[in-house]
Amino acid sequence: MELIVALGIGVLVASGVWLILRPRTYQVIIGLSLLSYAVNLLIFGMGRLRENAAPVVEAGAVIDASQYTDPLPQALVLTAIVISFATTALFLVVLLASRGLTGTDHVDGREPGS
Amino acid sequence: MSVGLHHLIIVPILLPLLAGAVMLLLEERRRRIKAGLNLLVTLAQVGVAALLLRQVHGGNPEIGVYLLGNWPAPFGIVLVLDRLSALLLLLASVLALASLLFALARWHRAGPHFHPLFQFLLVGINGAFLTGDLFNLFVFFEVMLAASYGLVLHGSGTTRVKAGLHYIAVNLASSLLFLIGVALIYGVTGTLNMADLANRLTQVAPEDLGLLRAGFAILGVAFLVKAGMWPLCFWLPTTYAAASAPAAALFSIMSKVGVYAILRLGLLLFGDGSDAAGFGSSWLLYGGLLTIGFGAIAVLASQDLSRLPGYNVLISSGTLLAALGVADLAITAGALFYLLSSTLAISAFFLLIELAERGRRPGADILAVTMEAFGEPEEEPLDSEEEVGIAIPATMAILGLSFLLCALLLAGLPPLSGFIGKFVLLDAVLRTHGTANATAWVLLAVIILSGLAVVIAMTRAGIRTFWGPLERSVPRVRLIEITPIGLLLLLCVALTVQAGPVMRYLQDTAAALHSPQGYIEGVLSAPRAGQGGET
Repeated sequence: MELIVALGIGVLVASGVWLILRPRTYQVIIGLSLLSYAVNLLIFGMGRLRENAAPVVEAGAVIDASQYTDPLPQALVLTAIVISFATTALFLVVLLASRGLTGTDHVDGREPGS
Repeated sequence: MSVGLHHLIIVPILLPLLAGAVMLLLEERRRRIKAGLNLLVTLAQVGVAALLLRQVHGGNPEIGVYLLGNWPAPFGIVLVLDRLSALLLLLASVLALASLLFALARWHRAGPHFHPLFQFLLVGINGAFLTGDLFNLFVFFEVMLAASYGLVLHGSGTTRVKAGLHYIAVNLASSLLFLIGVALIYGVTGTLNMADLANRLTQVAPEDLGLLRAGFAILGVAFLVKAGMWPLCFWLPTTYAAASAPAAALFSIMSKVGVYAILRLGLLLFGDGSDAAGFGSSWLLYGGLLTIGFGAIAVLASQDLSRLPGYNVLISSGTLLAALGVADLAITAGALFYLLSSTLAISAFFLLIELAERGRRPGADILAVTMEAFGEPEEEPLDSEEEVGIAIPATMAILGLSFLLCALLLAGLPPLSGFIGKFVLLDAVLRTHGTANATAWVLLAVIILSGLAVVIAMTRAGIRTFWGPLERSVPRVRLIEITPIGLLLLLCVALTVQAGPVMRYLQDTAAALHSPQGYIEGVLSAPRAGQGGET
């Protein structure tokens, strides 16, 4: 499982980096989204990958910590997802404004050579 | 710290958050109410920050810890107030007051939601200075950035949208780097509390050290993007030049938030006593030197008056980073003094440039258009006492005098506080490294040459703007617009006159930063509410 997750993160990061270096705003925003997925997976992986383990401890039970997975990265991922979703949405608005004002979807606001 | 004052620590975050939320509910036409509320809340923040500063200055204990949700320290999120954060809170609130006063003259009518965004930006800045938790620092960075994305576009127009697009893309990418760094650090150490982290660094297994350092390096890159270290700084001058003047004046503290994070974490985790002492400090030193060099060349090459303050931000950041790279107690104190003086001066300069450029600025047309779209249809009647000298010489003379003061401050020439800051810095460098150290001399030469470059650039710009033949209309400047510039410059003069007490405070600050045991123990042994002091 570690290998699959690691490969998945790697492919997402590689595609994301390639896309944010492209000249069109749409490619940049998709690249940023892919990168944020990869980062979310990385945060999740930093709590160690466990199958069939609950993050929430039952009240009153005798606790064996090895039977549970780390809940903190899951909380961090939730926060990170919300924040990156919101900022990406904001970026989308600016992207549309730029398209409307400059008439092109090039990141510099003008076509190269024009 | 008494019980009532203890809760004062969270006020700089809660107050602007609530005020911003309330202002969102008011409709856009109620601009006068919003402006009044904003002014009131900003004034209150200056008061609160001053009270907090008094607490830590004379107080015992020297740090205040606020446990959110009353969870004990390594498990819950903590807010920590120490000398450094109290000082920067006060600086940020003073800058906010000055920018707000300036904006009230006309800029706040140039687009929707100026007032709520302004307060949300303050939530982020204040929170970043106060928090003692790495992930919480990320959240406050994002709050600050999200508000700044809005403020950078305030007033709209093609230039702002183009600059904003780059600004947002760069900062989104650097936020992702921030998250990667935090995740790696958590993966190795299992904690996000800064004080706890400093304790656990010594227990990290040797085979994990590489991963941990990679985490810190990636985190450092995210901070350096904010601070504007070369070659991560190309977004900065364009964005700051495109932003409306009051927004840009407040943004000048935002690059200092990056410097603050490096200063705080660097000295807490890699201070004099730790195993990995001086981790990354040579990167800071040489990166800082390159940044100063880039800033100085850019200042000389700049044809456009509105880009000058942005390049000065780079020089200021570079000087601070290089000074932090040397990491010595006396140097840190000098760097903090330089930080105060240069941030105030750059903010004043941003505001001043807008006034001086008003007569000929092509952006003025854009402003007029957006004012028509969003602003009140009827122009507010101008009271005669609100006008500052309609006659040509008075306005231009006041602007010119302010420009001269800004130039002296930014270049670090006597007699103002810019000189004192640089002098203390250079004196400390030479004293600690001796006169036979090549690095010390390089730092000395670069800082002095950058001052020379600023003098040349400012003289040229000043002659062109204030001494040239008047082929343009004299800008109409209202009293409320010149007051904040006067306020900021007056504070610099006060810094000069009161340099002794201020320096003593800063030396105490630097001493506390360089021996972080007090901070660590203070945070980890903070008593929970309702349990008295026995835990």
